[in-house]
Amino acid sequence: MTRRIVPKLSKEEYEKNFSDVKPPLSKDAALLEANRCLYCYDAPCIEACPTHIDIPSFIKKIATNNLKGSARVIMESNIMGGTCARVCPVEILCEGACVYNNIKEAKPIDIGRLQRYATDYIFENNIQLFKREKDNGKKVAVIGAGPAGLSCAHKLSMLGYQVTVYEKKDKAGGLNLYGLAAYKITNEFVEKEIEYITSIGGIEIKYNQEVGKNVDIQDLLNSYDAVFIGIGLGKTPKLNIPGEELEGVYDAIQFIENLRINPLEKVSIGEVVAVIGAGNTAIDAATQAKRLGAKKVYIIYRRTQNEMPANIYEYNLALKDECEFLWLTNPTKIIGDTFVEAIECIRMELGEPDSSGRRMPIPIKNSEFLLKVDTVIKALGQISYTNFLTKIQGLELDKGRIKVNPETMQTSIPKLFAGGDCINGGKETVNAVQDGKLAALGIHKMIFS
Amino acid sequence: MVDISSNFVGIKSPNPFWLASAPPTDKQYNVERGFEAGWGGAVWKTIGNPIVNVSSRYSSIDFGSKRMVGINNIELISDRPIEVNLKEIKSVKKHWPDRAVVASLMVESKKEAWHDIVKRTMDAGADGIELNFGCPHGMSERGMGSAVGQVPEYVCQIAEWVVEVSEIPVIVKLTPNISDITYPALAAKRAGAHAVSLINTINSITGVDLDSFVPRPIVGNASSHGGYCGPAVKPIALNMVASIASHPDMKDLPISGIGGISTWRDAVEFMLLGASNVQVCTAVMNYGFRIVEDMIDGLKNWMEQKGFKKLDDFIGLSVGKVKNWGDLDLNYKVVANINQDKCIKCGLCYIACEDASHQAISYFKDKYTKKYEIIEKECVGCNLCQMVCPIQDCITMEQRNIGAPYMNWAMYQEQNK
Ligand SMILES: Cc1cc2nc3c(=O)[nH]c(=O)nc-3n(C[C@H](O)[C@H](O)[C@H](O)COP(=O)(O)OP(=O)(O)OC[C@H]3O[C@@H](n4cnc5c(N)ncnc54)[C@H](O)[C@@H]3O)c2cc1C
Ligand SMILES: Cc1cc2nc3c(=O)[nH]c(=O)nc-3n(C[C@H](O)[C@H](O)[C@H](O)COP(=O)(O)O)c2cc1C
Repeated sequence: MTRRIVPKLSKEEYEKNFSDVKPPLSKDAALLEANRCLYCYDAPCIEACPTHIDIPSFIKKIATNNLKGSARVIMESNIMGGTCARVCPVEILCEGACVYNNIKEAKPIDIGRLQRYATDYIFENNIQLFKREKDNGKKVAVIGAGPAGLSCAHKLSMLGYQVTVYEKKDKAGGLNLYGLAAYKITNEFVEKEIEYITSIGGIEIKYNQEVGKNVDIQDLLNSYDAVFIGIGLGKTPKLNIPGEELEGVYDAIQFIENLRINPLEKVSIGEVVAVIGAGNTAIDAATQAKRLGAKKVYIIYRRTQNEMPANIYEYNLALKDECEFLWLTNPTKIIGDTFVEAIECIRMELGEPDSSGRRMPIPIKNSEFLLKVDTVIKALGQISYTNFLTKIQGLELDKGRIKVNPETMQTSIPKLFAGGDCINGGKETVNAVQDGKLAALGIHKMIFS
Repeated sequence: MVDISSNFVGIKSPNPFWLASAPPTDKQYNVERGFEAGWGGAVWKTIGNPIVNVSSRYSSIDFGSKRMVGINNIELISDRPIEVNLKEIKSVKKHWPDRAVVASLMVESKKEAWHDIVKRTMDAGADGIELNFGCPHGMSERGMGSAVGQVPEYVCQIAEWVVEVSEIPVIVKLTPNISDITYPALAAKRAGAHAVSLINTINSITGVDLDSFVPRPIVGNASSHGGYCGPAVKPIALNMVASIASHPDMKDLPISGIGGISTWRDAVEFMLLGASNVQVCTAVMNYGFRIVEDMIDGLKNWMEQKGFKKLDDFIGLSVGKVKNWGDLDLNYKVVANINQDKCIKCGLCYIACEDASHQAISYFKDKYTKKYEIIEKECVGCNLCQMVCPIQDCITMEQRNIGAPYMNWAMYQEQNK
């Protein structure tokens, strides 16, 4: 039995709530901002970008109206420059490093939106900046068509490889399509970018192919010159509390995937929602629940704001959407017959630092209380595909993450390379893109030297 | 209280800020709005036999996001009949007796023509006459404007014709399109002119349209060179003003300073270098008459702060400080200093010094810090790092006493013989 889905909002409200949180810059705004850039020498923003885009250079090109050149500078370093422009946590990366932060009360350059301005230009004008080199006769298999896999595939194809991508789902994009918040990026853009990446040729994506299930990784290792794994991470771990199986309890990843691939009015959301966890995923789930029409959204976290893993930008988004944070609170029980009716929580206090260096939350005896909610969204991070990974003979893991050489992305199996969330435990899109790029270069180096 | 009233060769105005002869002064309506805003005087848009202008008349250069750093025009003198202009001058003068109204004139190079227009101008009640020997385009092809201004003999000749009939002060407006500005200035003085004003616009082409390949401003499928003015020309104008003011034979020749003046600071600089008053065109074309408010206010506050009671207290104060290079002290030494607390680590000083100067800045970098420091023994004190630094007072030039007395180039040569 499932809950009946009644659209909560009008079409216009859905559109408004899920429109760009960072709308594109107009030409005038872009020029004003581009001209404000100091064009620093050895600029800290370049270093802060995991893909090391030459930011002052692409901004200078915007100022001279050389948009094609600007987009080239961006995308040579980061083939998903368009996505990253929209979704990167710029506050803690490039913009956080801008020297303007060193001037009291001055604002850093709006690098993310300038990057979008330059990359939008080539998508809107259908300008292909890249050309694949002559086929070099080598073949590589890529597992997973997320940012890591696609970035790796693009670079390899550029270098002349024939690439076959094995993707579990029926669409490419990974979390670009299923995970990123809908108010940051549209499916239409994700598809356009993937089309852009694959249109240089030499890349074949095989859909509905789950390696470890209908494809054997040993076969791939035997029949290809190299294999890249970019499978990302799996579900959210279980809470292990009573009532977790009730109707109305969701995994944040599934909840977001659902709203990314279905029409918004078809997405089920209750009136009062409790999101468990305070990472970026938790915030994305909370804000989108609110934007779907939930009346009240709690974000329940067992530690305090100081320990919260979400970054400041995401945190502010949640405040703007009027989500309520319940700090030092831990769920103990979900209550209901078939459907969720309430959640029982207990108050916590901070004790001694634990292995993560953060102070350990300890329950305060007899401080349980009830919150009336009809939806619970679990957002405790994602667990890695240990079932699949541990079966690969000779592959070394570290806490479920694939161990790699950080320069070449080579794993303990010489022909096997890896990158993205499956090696770092879940970082950002931009890290996955960089890993994929480095792995392609690592593979090239292994094969040709 | 400071007194900023001005008396320029007998022409009185409540402040030294005049509108230059140009579109902002081309009719009664404009000039009166300018006076309402507070301008002390106006030099009427040049009057002569009416001309016909092209459409598409101005073009400009931008720098970064700053628009109109310099503008260029291919407009000619007034397109309205002489009698209309003179009638309006009379009317303005009647309504605004305390403001200066000067008529700018340009007619063909014939004595009778000049005598006639000068008399009619006096009848209209103008406070003075400015002779436009400067316009570098259009009029010069007809033997007027800079065609006169570029030949000192012609300047002298025509100025003489004017002075011999004029009962009001005569100001000769000079063209900068000449190798040495002191020649036409001396010619004006010789003719008995009461003052010079400078600069008129500089011959220029501001740019070329990259799609049609036609330079700007585009008139159909062609353009023409025009006259350049605005903030970008200020340094050229300042030098020309200073070279007249410091010329031994022109020490007493009053100067009306023009060229790129946008603020009270610019105006003060012109006056320090010898201008008795100033005229403004481009800044008004950019922002409107209202800018005079801060010019007046800023000037007063500055004078008060410096203890000057009237304009004459500071006019010309810097004239003696412009010397020939050969008189400068070779033993004067400054070096750059970077205030590490203010440095924002943009690296602009480093790369400028490294690529374009004397490799006198060191760059230290590790995982946690970046540091730019002056290598004092390599620093020649060129000021480049200070100029590129985006932070106020972060890089300062500090004097070093090298323990040697004043030595100029001649002394140096003597010593190293
Ligand atoms: C809710 C959420 C919000 C996020 N928001 C942001 C954000 O705003 N900004 C940001 O920069 N980052 C964000 N991230 C992080 C970012 O999405 C990831 O870091 C990035 O997508 C990782 O890329 P990846 O290629 O390693 O993995 P994924 O994107 O997960 O792609 C893995 C691909 O592999 C496929 N696959 C998995 N197993 C197999 C198999 N066995 N065989 C074949 N194919 C397989 C999957 O179907 C998928 O297509 C967010 C993540 C989440 C979960
Ligand atoms: C559009 C335009 C028209 C001008 N017309 C005249 C003119 O008719 N007579 C004249 O003497 N100077 C004329 N000038 C020159 C100005 O009076 C002034 O000398 C010059 O613009 C420099 O000052 P500025 O930098 O403040 O503009 C004109 C300038 C401009 C921009």
